Amino acid sequence: MDRRTGVRCQYVTTAINVRNLRKVYPGQPPVVALADASIQIRDNEFFTLLGPSGCGKTTLLRLIAGFENPTSGSLEMHGQSLIELPPYKRPINTVFQSYALFPHLTVAQNISFGLEMLGKPKAEIAATVDEMMALVKMTEMADRQTSQISGGQQQRVALARALAPKPKVLLLDEPLSALDFKLRKDMQLELKRLQTETGITFIFVTHDQEEALTMSDRIAVMSAGTIRQIGGPRDIYDHPAERFVADFIGDTNFLKADVVSVAGQTAMVRLASGQTIAARTPEGADVAGSVTLAIRPEHAGIEAGSGGLLSGTLGEVVYFGTDTHYHVALPDGTAFVVRQQNRPDRADDLATGDMVSISFAPDVGQVLRD
Amino acid sequence: MASPFNIRRQTGFTTIAVTCFVLLYMPIILLVVYSFNSGNSIAIWEGFSWRWYQSAWQNEQVQEATVRSLIIALWASGISTSVAVLAALATTRTRKFKGQSAVFAMINQPLMVPEIVTAVALLIFFAMIKVATGYTGLAYLIIAHSAFCIPFAYLPIRARLQGMDLSLEQAAADLYATPFQVFRRITLPQLWPGILAGAMLAFVISLDDVVITEFVKSAGQDTLPTYMLGQLRRVVTPEINAISTVLLGISVTFVIAFTVLSKIKN
Amino acid sequence: MADLTTAADRRAARTRWLLLAPALVILVFAASGPLLITLVYSFLTPGDYGGVEWQFSWSAWFNVFMERDIFEDTLGFSDAHLSIFWRSVKLSLMTTVLCLFFGFPTAYFIATRPKKQRDLWMLLIIIPFWTNLLIRTFAVVELIRNEGTVNTVLIALGIVDEPIQMLFTEFSILVGMVYVYLPLMVLPLYASMERLDFSLVEAGYDLYASRFQVLRRVILPLVKPGVIAGSILVFVPSLGAYVTPRVMGGGNQLMIGNLIELQFGQGRNWPLGAALSITLLAIVMVALMAYVRTAGDEDPRHG
Repeated sequence: MDRRTGVRCQYVTTAINVRNLRKVYPGQPPVVALADASIQIRDNEFFTLLGPSGCGKTTLLRLIAGFENPTSGSLEMHGQSLIELPPYKRPINTVFQSYALFPHLTVAQNISFGLEMLGKPKAEIAATVDEMMALVKMTEMADRQTSQISGGQQQRVALARALAPKPKVLLLDEPLSALDFKLRKDMQLELKRLQTETGITFIFVTHDQEEALTMSDRIAVMSAGTIRQIGGPRDIYDHPAERFVADFIGDTNFLKADVVSVAGQTAMVRLASGQTIAARTPEGADVAGSVTLAIRPEHAGIEAGSGGLLSGTLGEVVYFGTDTHYHVALPDGTAFVVRQQNRPDRADDLATGDMVSISFAPDVGQVLRD
Repeated sequence: MASPFNIRRQTGFTTIAVTCFVLLYMPIILLVVYSFNSGNSIAIWEGFSWRWYQSAWQNEQVQEATVRSLIIALWASGISTSVAVLAALATTRTRKFKGQSAVFAMINQPLMVPEIVTAVALLIFFAMIKVATGYTGLAYLIIAHSAFCIPFAYLPIRARLQGMDLSLEQAAADLYATPFQVFRRITLPQLWPGILAGAMLAFVISLDDVVITEFVKSAGQDTLPTYMLGQLRRVVTPEINAISTVLLGISVTFVIAFTVLSKIKN
Repeated sequence: MADLTTAADRRAARTRWLLLAPALVILVFAASGPLLITLVYSFLTPGDYGGVEWQFSWSAWFNVFMERDIFEDTLGFSDAHLSIFWRSVKLSLMTTVLCLFFGFPTAYFIATRPKKQRDLWMLLIIIPFWTNLLIRTFAVVELIRNEGTVNTVLIALGIVDEPIQMLFTEFSILVGMVYVYLPLMVLPLYASMERLDFSLVEAGYDLYASRFQVLRRVILPLVKPGVIAGSILVFVPSLGAYVTPRVMGGGNQLMIGNLIELQFGQGRNWPLGAALSITLLAIVMVALMAYVRTAGDEDPRHG
């Protein structure tokens, strides 16, 4: 018998619906791990919770898995509340950060564990285990002890074990953090492939912004128990809604500016240099008066002389192989970094101490929410 | 030539340490050696013989005391280990709970309170019950032993549980195992070295107890140690050495097994 | 809004107490309960043939330290009791010091062995620790009694004509207690020495300290928690020792433990025995509390 609740996959787009979910750990003072978070995670999407450690992303994941009980709020899957269900009744599986492979069981026994607990017939279990081991390319390792296989292989077993019961949603808690760089790159592609092939909703927790940007359909950036911004990788990177997001993901220059006029999603802003340029505004925010403008270093250009949007004195020039970073000091003391790709045909004619002018296209600047 | 400077050396320490080991083992070794003496002396060697083992084996009082010791130790280790497993499950890996320090104080009480005090307290309490019920059987000794064995069984089990990765049990629950299935399939298979270690420790502690048994026992309820304590007042023959050697053998075996069990990786 | 965690917490609490119940029942029945009854007994009147009369009396507590001279009807400190207390404290302190003297170098010796050998050396300390206290005491008795090994050898060598009376003296109790409680000193000392970072010792030598100065100024302060723990672990059971003084002291050299027993045997004064027990318990608790406090202060790993 299938012990999991009879949650049927209806034709709704929302798989997991989190509304005003709050988790407070008692103590003096109480710790608010998650402050009224709301997210709708869609069916079949690769959704990432991104943030620094302690931002509440793992707490949210553990609440969805059922290892923790929320203090208040609602948590639904396909329209059914999960809150009263213990973890073993939720059709959701987890890939643990430490993998949590059972040390007294073999690779195959680990993978079959969930199916056995669900009381599946023996033949079906055997078939699914074979299928899963093929999926993660571990067929030869079936009878190994989990202590006898490498970290990358353990990772694959953990993945196969969580996928074997065919969950509706798979939770992944920083599953790649223990792997070395090369293996991590391979596994990123592998995970993406598995998600596409199985069509299962993946909720992925990471503190690695690059990982989040490469793999995700959508990302929720979190800090201090709050969700700061939800959007596609491009949205998040190009149009960070607030200072934390702009700062946490990639490098950013921050400029003070004054709003002259607003039309829809675009505002005209005046820079310290007196020049005026169009910039994007965050969704649903009223911007007026003095604001902060975020500009990615690679979205700006630099040349000798003055007369661009901004001008300043060139400080350090740092060579990075693929590109070069120019650190410019603006007249009001603000630091501004321009990143330019290196090309063999372009001679590096700028030197420390030169007067330089910085320019960028309309709309690449992003006005931040206060 | 002067030996190279060794930063770990301290003058005289090695000498004292070696003396210490010699002094620690010499009496025990002599005790064992003279258990094989063919003469009546515990200090003058007259040749090898199994004589004293035979005489101990045929001594009815020793036989009875041995059987009694084993019955008590088996019951006490069984009871104390079972309740210790449950107690360890309740007190490990949870957040601080109301009454936690009181519970720990109670479990560890037999370790902290001097044995003579516990013995006297049990004497007083059981005397009341004996008067009230008229029952004078072995149950008093078994329950007294069970109580003071609890911390010895509890500590290795708790240590084992604390060393276990909590995420394993969460993973099992995540894979649809009910709490009972989690315990049987995940917790117990990993806990058994701790349980066995705890049970063995409790067994040895019960088998070796003198003070509490001496105060709690009714007439004619001697265990091996209290029998020996009684014999020491008389002229001693190597028969006592023979009994001691057997008890020593049991303890050493159990301690080594215990050490090995505790080393098994989580 | 109702806290969703409360229900889960309540369930968890119920399960916890259910799991604890069997152990607590046994412990209440055969450990803490009897202690409370002992406390009650210390305030009762002794019965004529042992046991008690259920009549309130301070006399047991009074008799712990004082006695009434039956001829002159004057009050005075009980010399007999005080000398037994004094012997207990004196022998326990000496036992602690001697255990430290032997135990410290031994623990240091083990801690400085190659890593693979250490467990084996420790096993040599642990084996006596878990073997029957009576047997170990008895092993020492066989060594030092008049017809024992030491005297036999001394006589055979012609060093003495008569056996030296070692057994049934304070000296023999001391030897016996040092022997049986030595492992209790080595265990915590080793635990703190094993964690000793020897680069600190190197730094000491680098800064011109002699061997003794390194020991006193670097090693000793670092392993102080172990020294304190070991001393308490030896002092506490020494103070309450019963078997060793009984076997080694031969009924002449009583310690508190034997004095307590006496009240339940020939003395037939159960309330006094109960009061003495509670007194001993109180002293031990003070020592343990002092230990917990110092351990908390001294060792940042516990803080």
